[in-house]
Formats: sequence, C-alpha cells, structure tokens
Amino acid sequence: MAMLPPAALPAAAVVAQDPAQMLPAREQMAFTLGFHIILVPFGVAFTFLMLIANARGLRRGDAEALLLARRWSQVAAVLFAVGAVSGTVLSFELGLLWPRLMGTYGAAYGIPFAVEGLFFFLEAIFVAIYVYGWRRMRPWPHFWTGVPVVLSGIGGTLSVVAANAWMNQPGGFTLHDGRVTQVRPLAVVFNRAFWYEAIHMLLAAYMVAGFIIAGVYAAGILRGRRDDYHRLGLVIPLTVAALTTPLQIFVGDVAAREVYHYEPAKFAAIEALARSGTHVPEVLGGYYADGQVHWGIDIPSGASILSGYKPSTRITGLEAIPAAVRPSDRLVTVVHLAFDVMVGIGFALLALSAWYALGWWRRHDLPRSRWFLRATTVSGILAVVALEAGWVVTEVGRQPWTVVGYLLTRDAVTTSGNLWLFFAATLVLYVAVGAATFYVLRLLPRRWRAGGNAGSADVPYGPSRAHDDVIQEQS
Amino acid sequence: MSTFAAVVLFAGVLAYAVLGGADYGAGLWDLTAGGARRGQGPRHLLDQTLAPVWEANHVWLIFCLVMLWTGFPQAFAAIMTTLYIPLGLTALGIVVRGSGFAFRKVVLHTQQQRAVGAAFATSSVITPFFLGTVTGGIASGRVPADGHGDPITSWINPTSLLGGVLAVAVCAFVAAVFLTAEARRLAEPELQRWFGRRAQGCAVVTGAVAVAGVWILRSDAHRLFHGLLTRGLPLVVVSAACGLACLALLHRAAPRLLQALAASAAGTVVLGWGVAQYPYLLGSHLRITQAAAPDTTLWALAIVAGAALLLVVPAMALLFALQQRGDLDST
Repeated sequence: MAMLPPAALPAAAVVAQDPAQMLPAREQMAFTLGFHIILVPFGVAFTFLMLIANARGLRRGDAEALLLARRWSQVAAVLFAVGAVSGTVLSFELGLLWPRLMGTYGAAYGIPFAVEGLFFFLEAIFVAIYVYGWRRMRPWPHFWTGVPVVLSGIGGTLSVVAANAWMNQPGGFTLHDGRVTQVRPLAVVFNRAFWYEAIHMLLAAYMVAGFIIAGVYAAGILRGRRDDYHRLGLVIPLTVAALTTPLQIFVGDVAAREVYHYEPAKFAAIEALARSGTHVPEVLGGYYADGQVHWGIDIPSGASILSGYKPSTRITGLEAIPAAVRPSDRLVTVVHLAFDVMVGIGFALLALSAWYALGWWRRHDLPRSRWFLRATTVSGILAVVALEAGWVVTEVGRQPWTVVGYLLTRDAVTTSGNLWLFFAATLVLYVAVGAATFYVLRLLPRRWRAGGNAGSADVPYGPSRAHDDVIQEQS
Repeated sequence: MSTFAAVVLFAGVLAYAVLGGADYGAGLWDLTAGGARRGQGPRHLLDQTLAPVWEANHVWLIFCLVMLWTGFPQAFAAIMTTLYIPLGLTALGIVVRGSGFAFRKVVLHTQQQRAVGAAFATSSVITPFFLGTVTGGIASGRVPADGHGDPITSWINPTSLLGGVLAVAVCAFVAAVFLTAEARRLAEPELQRWFGRRAQGCAVVTGAVAVAGVWILRSDAHRLFHGLLTRGLPLVVVSAACGLACLALLHRAAPRLLQALAASAAGTVVLGWGVAQYPYLLGSHLRITQAAAPDTTLWALAIVAGAALLLVVPAMALLFALQQRGDLDST
C-alpha cells in the first residue's frame, strides 16, 4: 500500500498555479455529471422494473401490470432522451474541458468508452423498438425486445465505470516521454478498482430507480388511491430496491476496504484522519480543520476495526501525503461528510427495506402504517442524495489528481477560452431542461387519468396529438 | 492498422452525416412548416418518421467521438482546444434539440408546444451548421497538430462557412427526399407534393452552394480543392449524379430507391472530403499514422468495430425494417 502512486511527482506541481479555467471546468463537470447521473438509473434499472411488470402482465393476464409497464415505458422514453443528450454533453466536455487528459491518455482511457458506445447503440435501438412496439408487435416478442435494453444498460454502466475506476487506479499502459506507448486493453478495462466501483454503481442504479418509483406510488396511495394498480406500482419497484439494499451495503463495505488498501489518500480523506496510527476512531459528521475533526462523534477504534477487523489496524493519515498533492481541509470535509451521508442513507434505506420485508413475512402485505408510506415516498429522494454523495466521495476524493499518480487536475484542464461563459450557458440550459422534464413527467399521469384507459396517451413515442385532432375535425 | 482505424472512424462520420443529417434536416422543415394549423400535416409526418430512430442515429456521433479520442487522441485534443466555440455550441444545441423533441408532444397547450417545438427546430438547423464549420476548419488545415489554434478564424473563415451552409443544405435535402418517400409509402399525396417541392428547391440551392464552393476552396483551401478534383472527382460526380437522379425520379421511383439515392448523394460528398484529406488527419500537417494510438489500442477498437458490425448493424436494420413495415407506428 504505497502512499505515493507509481509515477514520480511532477516537479512543477509544487509551484504551479491553477489555470483560470480550473474552477469553472470542475464546477461544470460536477454539475453536468451530477445531472446526468440522476437519469442513469432510469435507463439502466427502471427498464428492468418495466419488464417485470410486463412479464407479470403477460403471464397472469394481469391488465393492471401491463398498463403499468406501458406507462413506465413512456416515462422511460422521456428520461432516456434527456439522458442521451446530457450524456453526449459529457463526451464533448471530456475534450472541451480536459483536453490534456484525452490527448495524453485517450489511447488507454478511451477503450472502456468504446465498449460503452457499443452498448449505448444497442440500448437506443431496442428502447425505440420496445417503446414503439406496444401496439403492433405480438406480446412476447415485444417483451423480448426489452431484454437487450436491460442487458445493454448493465453493460454500459460497467464500461463507463471501468473508465472512472481507471482514473482511480490506472493501469494497463506504459508511459514513455510523456506519451502512452503501449496499451494492454484488458488491463485498462479490468483495472483494480473496476469490480467494486462498477457493481456499487449498478446496485445504486437499481436502488435509486426502485425507491423513486415506489415513492411515486406510495404518494398516490397516501392521497387515497388505494387500488391494485397503485399497490402493484409500489410493490414491484420496492421489492427490487429492498432486495438490492442489503447487497449494496455488503458491496459498499468491501469497496471501502479496497479503498483502504489501494487508495489510501482517498481513505484518509473519508476518515478525515490527519495522522497515521492504530486504534483510529470512526468519526461521524463534523468538519476537518487544522489537522482534526471538529464537532464529530467518535466511535472508539471504529475505523481500524472496519478496515482490518481489529483495533490495532494501522490507517494512513493525510500527513503522509506530500504537501504538494495533499487535499485542502475543505476538500477533506466535503469527502468526509459525503461519505457519512451516503452510508447514513444506506442504513436508513436498509431499515425501510427491513420494515417492508417484515410486513411481507408476517401478513403477506404492505405494512399498514401510514408512516411506512411516508417513508417510502421520501426514500427515492434520499437514494438520489446518496448516489450523488457517493460520486462526490470518489471524484472529490481523487483530487488533486485526475489520473491518480500520473496527471494532476490542473494539468488536465484546458487553458483556452473563458469557461465561465460556457458554464453559465450550460447552467441556464440544464435548469430549463430539468424543469421541463419535471413538468412533463407531472403532466403524464394527469393525461393518463384524463384519457381513461390511456396507456396510449400522447408521449414522445406515442401517437401525435396533432394527428388525433385532425381525425376529430374530420369526423 | 492506423489506416484501418481511420476508415472505421470515417465510416462513423459517414453514418452520422447521412442518418443524423436527415434527422437534423427534418428539423429545418419543421421550423419552416408554418403556423400550428398549416404545419400540422408535415410536422406530424416528420414526428412519426423521426421519433423511433433519432436516438439510434444520434449514437453515431458518440461513436465518432470515442473512436477519435481513443484512436487518435492527439488529434482529438487538437480539435477540441482549437474549435471549442463551435463544438461547445454543438453540445448545447444537441441538448436543446433532443429534449425539445421529446417534450413537444407531451405538453398539451399549443403555446407550449410551439415553444419547445421551436427550440427543437431552431437547434436542428444551427447544430449541423456548427458541425459544418468544424469540418471546414479541419479540412482547410486550421487546426494545428498541437492544438490551441485560433479560436475565431479556425471556424469563421470561407471554408468553414461553406461547410456550415453546405451541411444545412445537404441535411435539408436528404430529409426532404426521405420524407417525400415516407409520405408516398403512407399514401399521403399532399404531403408527398409538399416535401417533393422542397426537395427540388433544396437541390437547386445545394447545387448552387456546391458550385460556389469550388471557387471558395480554390482560394481558401487549395490542398482540399486539389484533392477533390483529382482523387475525389469520381465521388463528386457520383454525388451530383445521385442528386439529379433523385430529382428526376422523385415521384416515380420506389421509396427505398429514392432514399438510397439521397443517402448516396450526401454520403459521397462526405466521402470525397475523406478521400481528398487522406493520408492526413489534420490539414496537411498531421498524418494518420503519426496521430494514431498504439497498435493494441487500435486492435481493441477494431474488435469493438467488429462487434458493432455483428450486433449493432443487424439491430439497426431490424429497427429500420420494423419502422418501414409500420410496426413501430403507434397511432
């Protein structure tokens, strides 16, 4: 567990000033990634929920389940469109904001993205076939066109996260005179951080989609819509989310130990630990300043036990990081708190899952308490917060590096142009798109209800309103 | 190996230019279709035609970006640090276009439909324009091998403006022909005439721009001019022939033939650029072989491309086939 990553520190690191583009570039990347990541679970995991409802509908001749599947596919279509374009922006940003990352390391770092491109193709194609196929295709073949969507969603997630994991634990290439001269593609993709990061994200996507959708129907039931349709709309996603949550906590625990072993600088920031030592307490909350955590709650030897199963486990502190590449106190606080938020929410969701399981086990029904429904309603928002917090831990926790040990963020950033303008334009546009997405999704149920049976209400992939009006006028 | 990677990259560019281009062009016709009532028919047709396929077509852009930054990282960085203004605007344009299109039919009020529809249509016109200027900047050698070229003149120059205008015109032409064919398939004679007239008008405009372009290239991008008139000449001729055949057969040929002709007319123009540019990636100063990533990376890309050929191409064929058979028509 080397504290210092393989390559020697760039000599200039100590004296170099951050380019003027650094702050806006980081803010923009964080903002657009944070926006896009919320949409990811809907492309990856929501489609799985949709297929469960679809299969149930076909197997049992359950009309309500089919209606759910069909309506969900309409929601997925809207979110997939927004996700596709916001993902495209990220691709552009890799070049526009981080040209020196791509120019130097593209030959290695780009490979997982190439694989992802393949999955994205398949996903886009089969989403279209599935969403549009409801009327004219035969039911089971139509169902099967949805399966590649789920599979390519999983494949796409794994490959994109492989790229991110590579930034944390780069490998599979040889550097000569600042140029990548040899690449071992498999070692790039299956880098040391790959499995735990990828599976952690995949499960997170299933949790977020599950809890959000369950929350929507829990809110409906709270408002008095106590029918089978809403019940099923709650049970399918909540079951998936509740089964995923304990698994996620296990994977998260494994991941944290991997970070302890192989990304000690990030681990020191997570624990906000100044000095290396044994019997390190697990500090909850608080902020880090002047080498210690203020206002935190200590669990004696907690961090040591969690990392190595015994109090005498030694944990590396922030002081072991050379000053030139040591994260600032503010960054340490951000990473530390983000980690606490993520784990805290994880356990809250585990409790909710257990409550749900208990009700199911004892009475084969939902827990009767209205508090259960209230908790489920907010669970989706909590899951999103946890997802964002997790990304903060891994991204901010990597700073000041972009490629740990090889490329500092300040050396990766572009030095051209006024990025504040670009950022401002992006911000305005995304706020508008975000608000419009929200508005459109709120509009859909109103339209479904207004249209009676309407799984066929007007959506991006549904029949055109204009055309219906023409027909009405003609008749 | 590097030439092979460049061919794969360029195949992506071609696919995006033709398939993505047709989708952009449809946006232009949406923009000019007139008021809510008058434009109802054409808008409905292009909604129906576009909706199931535009995302799949859009992925070709991602494919190009990924192939470029992995296979030719230095060129990617050079392009991005030089042409960041039109490329940044392209990225934002893509967001407006995609989400505008997705939202349009969900919103109920005409007013809102008009607003998001206009956003979709306007960005469908400006996005290919910016991409055209980027192409012009690369083709006329304005992107230095180490990047950081002039952020303004690299895309505001005669060749870039020609590229931008030509991109919009070609997109509009291909879209008009595609939609004429589509209208015919659906037996909508009025719409067929509507788009047919526009295809004809557009062909005249595109032809005029192309002819004017000859002079522009001669004075502004001599190497490209020379390449187009020597190695690229057969392709230029084929392009013109396909365009003319398209016009002659507009109301007679089978829809599928018509679409193939329009696609070839647009594709061969792009291909002509590629052929004229070879063996350089940027202007006449960065060769494909110099810019290429290590061989193992290129092999990895070749495997991905092979997988794309095996998986994506049949899947896309299925999507198009289902759409043409009307299986994805949800009305």
